[in-house]
Amino acid sequence: MSAAASSVPRRSLGDRLWSTAMIVLIAFFVVNVFGVITSVTVSSFSTRWLGTWLPSGWTTRWYSAAWAEFQLDEVLLVTVEIVFTVVALSIVIGVPAAYALARCDFPGKKAVLLLFLLPLLVPSITYGIPLATVLYQARLAGTMNGVIVANLVPTVPFVVLVMTPYIEQIDPRLEAAARVFGAGTFRVFRHVLLPLLTPGILAAALLVLVRTIAMFELTFLTAGPDSQTLVVVLYYSVFAAGVRATQSVDAMAVIYMVTTLIWLLIALRFVNPTQLVARVKEQPKK
Amino acid sequence: MTAAERQLNRTALLAVPGILVVLLLFICPFLHGLVLSFEPKEGGGLANYLRFFSQPFLYNTIATTLWVAIPTTLVNVGLALPIAFGMRRNSAWQRVLTAILVLPITLGTVLIAQGLLTYLGPQGWVNRLLIESGLASSPIRLTHNYWGVFLALIIAEFPFAFLLILSYVTGIDPALPRAAATLGAGPGRQFLHVYLPLLAPGLAITFCLCFVQAFSVFPSAVLLGAPAGPTRVIAIAAYTAAFEEYDYSMASAIAMIMGAVQLIIVVAVLALRGAFYRGPAGGAKG
Amino acid sequence: MAEGFGELRLGGVTRRFGAAVALDHLDLTIRRGEFIALLGPSGCGKSTALNCIAGLLPLSGGGIWLDDKRIDVLRPEQRGFGMVFQNYALFPHMSVRKNIGFGLAMRRLPKEEIRGKVDAALDLVQLRAHAEKLPGQLSGGQQQRVAIARAIVIEPPLVLMDEPLSNLDAKLRLEMRTEIKRIHRELGRSTVYVTHDQDEALSLADRIVVLHEGKMQQIGNPEELYARPANLAVARFMGYRNILDFDAERVDGTRVALRGAGIGLDGTAQQAIAPGPVTVALRPDDVEPGGGGANAIEACVEIVEYCGRDWLVDLVLPDGRTVYARSSRKVAPSTSARCAVAPERVLVFRRESGR
Repeated sequence: MSAAASSVPRRSLGDRLWSTAMIVLIAFFVVNVFGVITSVTVSSFSTRWLGTWLPSGWTTRWYSAAWAEFQLDEVLLVTVEIVFTVVALSIVIGVPAAYALARCDFPGKKAVLLLFLLPLLVPSITYGIPLATVLYQARLAGTMNGVIVANLVPTVPFVVLVMTPYIEQIDPRLEAAARVFGAGTFRVFRHVLLPLLTPGILAAALLVLVRTIAMFELTFLTAGPDSQTLVVVLYYSVFAAGVRATQSVDAMAVIYMVTTLIWLLIALRFVNPTQLVARVKEQPKK
Repeated sequence: MTAAERQLNRTALLAVPGILVVLLLFICPFLHGLVLSFEPKEGGGLANYLRFFSQPFLYNTIATTLWVAIPTTLVNVGLALPIAFGMRRNSAWQRVLTAILVLPITLGTVLIAQGLLTYLGPQGWVNRLLIESGLASSPIRLTHNYWGVFLALIIAEFPFAFLLILSYVTGIDPALPRAAATLGAGPGRQFLHVYLPLLAPGLAITFCLCFVQAFSVFPSAVLLGAPAGPTRVIAIAAYTAAFEEYDYSMASAIAMIMGAVQLIIVVAVLALRGAFYRGPAGGAKG
Repeated sequence: MAEGFGELRLGGVTRRFGAAVALDHLDLTIRRGEFIALLGPSGCGKSTALNCIAGLLPLSGGGIWLDDKRIDVLRPEQRGFGMVFQNYALFPHMSVRKNIGFGLAMRRLPKEEIRGKVDAALDLVQLRAHAEKLPGQLSGGQQQRVAIARAIVIEPPLVLMDEPLSNLDAKLRLEMRTEIKRIHRELGRSTVYVTHDQDEALSLADRIVVLHEGKMQQIGNPEELYARPANLAVARFMGYRNILDFDAERVDGTRVALRGAGIGLDGTAQQAIAPGPVTVALRPDDVEPGGGGANAIEACVEIVEYCGRDWLVDLVLPDGRTVYARSSRKVAPSTSARCAVAPERVLVFRRESGR
């Protein structure tokens, strides 16, 4: 018997039908997602678009119109301030907490872990309404501080849950070794911990940033007229869309999309996409 | 207490700010809301709850929300499972698809809703395609009704379900299905006897998380649905009570009811899973 | 007892991963009832060969025949071989009993029959008392035995074992080694056993196949491989720690007169040798410091390690090279020693280029 060439067992017909069906479904989904994004973008550049595949004319005036109409320069500034403050605060509060959870075993640790898990499991509307009620009574609602405070509720636990396994992966004996060689607490932090933590902190910060830009419910419930983030302004403009030309709303939507996507692309350079949803799983990329 | 133990206790204190944030901004408002719900504007302690369950306009929101949340969750988990399973080998396709699927999550529900208004609208590309291909004689109503909200939830939630299930599938020791193969199990029986039992806990968790998200749907229901009627979800009722009627007590009561319904369904799903499956809860490594 | 086949034949089996060749035209015939060990360092292709036999990897070339039947076109579930995986691959959600009975359940045997066979297998590996436990509740050694029971209960024509002992600690490894030998003696099933441990291969196998970089280097029974490795790759792997370059001055049949490091030595050629540069392989056990005999190495004792039964001695030749020896008597460091070596144990090989 001669030695024949490669001998891969034939894939069954059922196998191939199944794969084809899967590919079709995925393609369908992806095509539709891109369809949504594209139709908004096209609309934002159109003069008139009724009943045809493509608009009858193209223009960029909607962008300047939207910019002026929705005061996007101020809105963007507010968004930047709120988002970056939330990111900074969540890191400053969350990373030490993650460190404590990663290194220490203390009575009630399980309860604390559950405590940090809850805000990520409960949807933001459900706890947002009681939270907004309290903030109104504390006279914090309607201000930027109120919005920042509200957004901290999901972001601090997120940072804790992402950073804890990350810190657990850092060998605790490194700190012990530094101490043996004479470094005090501050120098251990500065020369050993900080460099090792930085990639993880960067990843966590980018994830929080992307999530907070898109966070609607909490900001919606707690913001006042001059503390609304871009996504909330977008909602209101669609809500009142009858009064405004849809194209200027689309233009604002495109501006929002571009903002989000820029940060998403930056984040994806450092982070595995699954971590955006990783509420409870996933080791961050080192 | 030794010096080392004291050191450890000091480190544990690092978690205090984080714990405070969650306690003050999540637990306390929730408890406050709970108490507030029993202090209605008029009537006795249970007046809010009685009013809710006696007015069809109010109690029907539970059914309406379930009617949109459960089918979308079933579709999402049902589609995500075979697709994630088919993608379990770490190929370039898996990474590309993961990156694409992250888009809807990042863009957020508001943008998706706004985009769908254009895309699914009477002038949008979907209706254009249906009419020109002869599948429909006049534009199909896909916006400002149940279907708009349904589709928005699929686009927004499917990636989340996919990524979560993917992480569970890839967490299963690849030697297990190989062992089953050597013992005579073809791909179908490998799935039935090895993958499915090991995925059962993860699937249950994914279902619960997706359901909870879907049940809290808000901006999509307003922008893309018919908030006055067929898609008056419970979140809308809560919002209306808080910010249109300024009845914070009633709003808190509705938020509590929302939480309670979610809890009941989650407990039911987990109990169901427990009834079918005995074995390690998270264990997948042999 | 084993039934079914007369021989498993691998003909020209080749497996490529992209540009890399993991297995290069492997020819091997396994007879019924044989215990064959595939031995070699990591990356040599032994696990690849096993996976190809099991059907978990497709072949890039060549074929596999069970008697006259070509089996490399069959999927793993159609081949019916039993396999023990390195990390056991026990189904974590099934009890020990269900794990062992899985293959029988796949063959749709009646429940009573399954129960009987599983009980017999449990008794064979002495795990009857743990039948209802989950794998997570068992120790490493117990999991191992479940994996073995699962593979043999289906009465396969061939049992494949992929480094089954490498995850166990040293003591357990010795115990399980004896278990595996006992089970093979009792059941007589043909077995292909992959390992990187030469002791395991020597003690378990009827024949050993040494693989290196995807090619078979030598096949033979344990005594042959131990005493007469065919080339330097095999010698290095079989414990010939002293691999030294010498010059062959004269070749007389198989007797070779060597010169190097300021000494003259007689050795035995293992390959066709011409006068010129050669490489010598020598076991530490065959170097006896202070022993009598005409054939000897003069060297300086550097390090002496006490091992209980004997001493491990590191000696340094005049040109600075190290020679490892095992001495039955104590020697003092920094003294000069005359180490006797039997010429038949000084194995001479051709010098390889670019070693």
